[in-house]
Amino acid sequence: MSGSDEVWKVNRERDAQRETFESNLPKKGPIGEALAPVAGFGVSLRNFFRPTVTEQYPKVKVPTMPRYHGRHQLNRHPDGLEKCIGCELCAWACPADAIYVEADSNTPDHQVSPGERYGRVYQINYLRCIFCGLCIEACPTRALTMTNEYELAGPTREGLIYEKQDLLAPLGKNMLAAPHPMVPGTTDGSYYRGEVTEPVESQVEWVREHRPEDPTLPENKEAAV
Amino acid sequence: MTATADKPAAAVVDTVTLTIDGTEVSVPKGTLIIRAAEQVGIEIPRFCDHPALKPAGACRQCLVDVASPGPDGNLRAFPKPQASCTMTVTEGMVVNTQHTSEEADRAQKGVMELLLINHPLDCPVCDKGGECPLQNQAMSHGRPESRFVDVKRVFEKPLALSSEILLDRERCVLCQRCTRFSKEIAGDAFIDLQNRGAQQQIGTFDEDVLDFDGYRPVGAATVDEAGKAFSSYYSGNTVQICPVGALTSAAYRFRSRPFDLVSSPSISEHDSSGSAIRIDHRRGKILRRLADNDPVVNEDWISDKDRFAFAWQNLSDRLTRPLVRKDGDLVEVSWPEALAAAAAGIKAATSGEGDDARGAAVLTGGRVTLEDAYAFQKFARVVLGTNDVDSRARTGSDEEQAFLGSQVAGTGLGVTFGELEKAPAVLLVGFEAEDEGGVVFLRLRKSLGRQQIATVAPFLTRGAEKLGATLVPAAPGREAAALADLPADVREALAQPGAVVVLGERAAEAPGAFVAALEVASSTGARLAWIPRRAGERGAVEAGALPGLLPGGRTAALKAPRDAVAKAWGVDSLPAAKGRDTAGILAAAAEGAIGALVVGGVSASDLTGDVAAALEGAGFVVSLEVRRSEIADAADVVLPVAPPSEKSGTFVNWEGRLRSFATAIRTDAMSDHRVLDLLAREWGVELGTGTVEAVNAEIAALGAATDAERPAAPKAKAARNPRAKKGTAVLATWHQLVDEGALQDGEPYLAGTGRVAVARMSAATAAALGDAVSVEVSTEAGAIELPLVVTDMVDGVVWVPVKSPGSWVARDLRASAGAVVSVKGAA
Repeated sequence: MSGSDEVWKVNRERDAQRETFESNLPKKGPIGEALAPVAGFGVSLRNFFRPTVTEQYPKVKVPTMPRYHGRHQLNRHPDGLEKCIGCELCAWACPADAIYVEADSNTPDHQVSPGERYGRVYQINYLRCIFCGLCIEACPTRALTMTNEYELAGPTREGLIYEKQDLLAPLGKNMLAAPHPMVPGTTDGSYYRGEVTEPVESQVEWVREHRPEDPTLPENKEAAV
Repeated sequence: MTATADKPAAAVVDTVTLTIDGTEVSVPKGTLIIRAAEQVGIEIPRFCDHPALKPAGACRQCLVDVASPGPDGNLRAFPKPQASCTMTVTEGMVVNTQHTSEEADRAQKGVMELLLINHPLDCPVCDKGGECPLQNQAMSHGRPESRFVDVKRVFEKPLALSSEILLDRERCVLCQRCTRFSKEIAGDAFIDLQNRGAQQQIGTFDEDVLDFDGYRPVGAATVDEAGKAFSSYYSGNTVQICPVGALTSAAYRFRSRPFDLVSSPSISEHDSSGSAIRIDHRRGKILRRLADNDPVVNEDWISDKDRFAFAWQNLSDRLTRPLVRKDGDLVEVSWPEALAAAAAGIKAATSGEGDDARGAAVLTGGRVTLEDAYAFQKFARVVLGTNDVDSRARTGSDEEQAFLGSQVAGTGLGVTFGELEKAPAVLLVGFEAEDEGGVVFLRLRKSLGRQQIATVAPFLTRGAEKLGATLVPAAPGREAAALADLPADVREALAQPGAVVVLGERAAEAPGAFVAALEVASSTGARLAWIPRRAGERGAVEAGALPGLLPGGRTAALKAPRDAVAKAWGVDSLPAAKGRDTAGILAAAAEGAIGALVVGGVSASDLTGDVAAALEGAGFVVSLEVRRSEIADAADVVLPVAPPSEKSGTFVNWEGRLRSFATAIRTDAMSDHRVLDLLAREWGVELGTGTVEAVNAEIAALGAATDAERPAAPKAKAARNPRAKKGTAVLATWHQLVDEGALQDGEPYLAGTGRVAVARMSAATAAALGDAVSVEVSTEAGAIELPLVVTDMVDGVVWVPVKSPGSWVARDLRASAGAVVSVKGAA
């Protein structure tokens, strides 16, 4: 007799000793027993008279709860400079390894964010993202937040890797597109403390000189309207 | 060749027994408490402490409670916690660290709080974030919340100490690791503490503070020569040892985070020391290189060239596909087509008979690995049937070859770094330790004051001064005479046991220098070390990539060693005709005497010969290159090969130590030895160099030559006697460590730390030029104009750097050291 046969035998013996299953539910009376086969229809019947909860997506799009974890957004300071400094803390925090960042130095000719450093490459792979929001918690400048946008599907894998331009927040009414210099006399600290509230004339002047066609310049905005 | 580690002398050491956190431990007398604690696995937080630097006790982070027996034998506690990085252990001492003493823990937390008071906590923008001892220890030993509510001290940031090294004074915790490294290890005191109290900070050169007494140069060289910038060849080490993000390098600034990086150990391809490095790369791109700790070779340090010069291999001119010349243009083709075209071209160009017979030759620079050099020479001897193979992309001589064959090749581990450091006396011949030696300089400087160094050179450089060297003055080309007539005290010093005579690559430029050095060595008992400049030189000598040398130091001039190698390779015979060296090959090619040239790893601008004419004259040129070089542009077939980071292989360093390295980044680029193996198949020859393992097995099987198989020791030769006539001078020249070499391309921040190119002359020689501010050095081939610096040096000599900005000697003058050049002053 081989070892496995012995195990089989022992198991069968153990099965034989096992007690039979007895339900803890109260035992039904005779009428209950008789109606049991059709009792399930009662659930359907009951719901005929209740309000419907089915959402008519995509014909009707119901707003999500306000703190729903949707697509990310890279925010901007009120003068249009980007908040992201490329510190990679979001990538570090990400449990799904969905974020890829490469930073670079701001230069006087190419000031993208306040301070010395900005995110040159910023990618979120929505095939990997699990929308846990740890990246949002890690972000030291509140550059990364989540929107309520949940329609994240697409025909290609590449298309679901969102690049920086896909994630950047749209420019607000007064904002001036980066890159442009910081507000004169301020440091990155002033931006974080909220002391910069809108672009100043010298910044507009700089953009006018370097990118006269920029659509965020006041005169070009008016022309567009 | 065996690579054995230096064995420490087994000496009986006095030990001291003490108790740390209740654990008894015996350590050698004189050990610091912090080291003793490490031995029992107790970690005490620290910033300023570094095993390679002298104790400073600057940061106070390592405070521990200490009690030691008093005169009466009773244990007496110190009244306050003590810095464990400065206190040595004593018998019966009882140490309580933060783990067992609340007092020590409170003291450490207090110090951490004070260190963080002025620290900006800008970790998100700091390069050190993620690998920062301050960050880590603030987490493990600091208070969870800051009590500091006032305004922090701010400095302008960053302060550029040099184009490469940036200083953020706000982040500095004043541990003085950088200043101690600069003073103790590198000898370049370009930064130091300045001011007092809360305003204390690391600062750049300030004459009053630093007590700097450098040269007093003139003209455009002033700024650089006075050391205003942090122009040290070793400044990158301060970035690596900085325990906070105060010192960062411009090249790596904001590039990456440690968790992005894949670290691969490797060996530096920049000099013959074979320094251990760590390559940090992300997505197939190298982002930085760091020094790896290798106690027997580079200890903790590497030169800036090792650290920062890696951009060259990924520049836009990198070759990835083979190129073949079609209708005058190089076009990308497939590998099989390129190999067939290369073989067909070489066969056609060397097919002539009788008077039309034209051979082929192989030029391989000193940058390739041992395996590649072996494949190149085997390809030349087996496939091309010629001894015309030379790995010296510089001046070489038959005397040098005889010396290398008889004294260096196949001799295994000779003088080691450790022995060089311990040597009581060192004589440097044709070798500038700081410029041409890299970490050799640091090893020599480590013995400052314990070692007598003499250098045979035209003048005492700043590097030699830092070594405390004495000068044995010799005009270039006249080194042999200087060696024959060494001062008595130098000769006496060399007679001490363990003394070393170091010969550099420039010894080949001085006729008779090897003979004279051998005479000095035999008469004093000093040992000889040959320290070439390039990483692959020693490997090429071992592999036999020289016209007169077969693998293992066998001479190609005798039949017996030739037949032995032929038998091992499974061929009937090896070519017997005497091979030409690099200069000979170029001259022959220019005359049309060579049909085909196979060139790998050579920069045309390093050669004094007429490369353009040689490429023109040779019927067919095959180039194995990483990048599209001048030679590749003129070649008929270009075969792309892998740079060192993308292949495995072995550099043999100057000690004779095998420095193998593995592939850091996997690509489909092939090594030279594999490409040559494939190319040889076009002739139906199995070269057997397809893999590193195969080549190494073959080299090992061949082994070293017996004494009978070696070439004879070099014979005395009448030295040239260059005499400078009026309006001329003897040219002295060598490579500065940071210059415009091909392997330093694409790294502007490093280039910015290089020294300004100047021409040096003695006061008497300069006076003959009149009131000159700059000097024009010229030959028939061309001219170089550089600012003049009057230096205390041999008369009738002008020194210029070999390949620094505005001074490409080989290309522009077609001359090497010892040549007589015209000099003309310019206002």
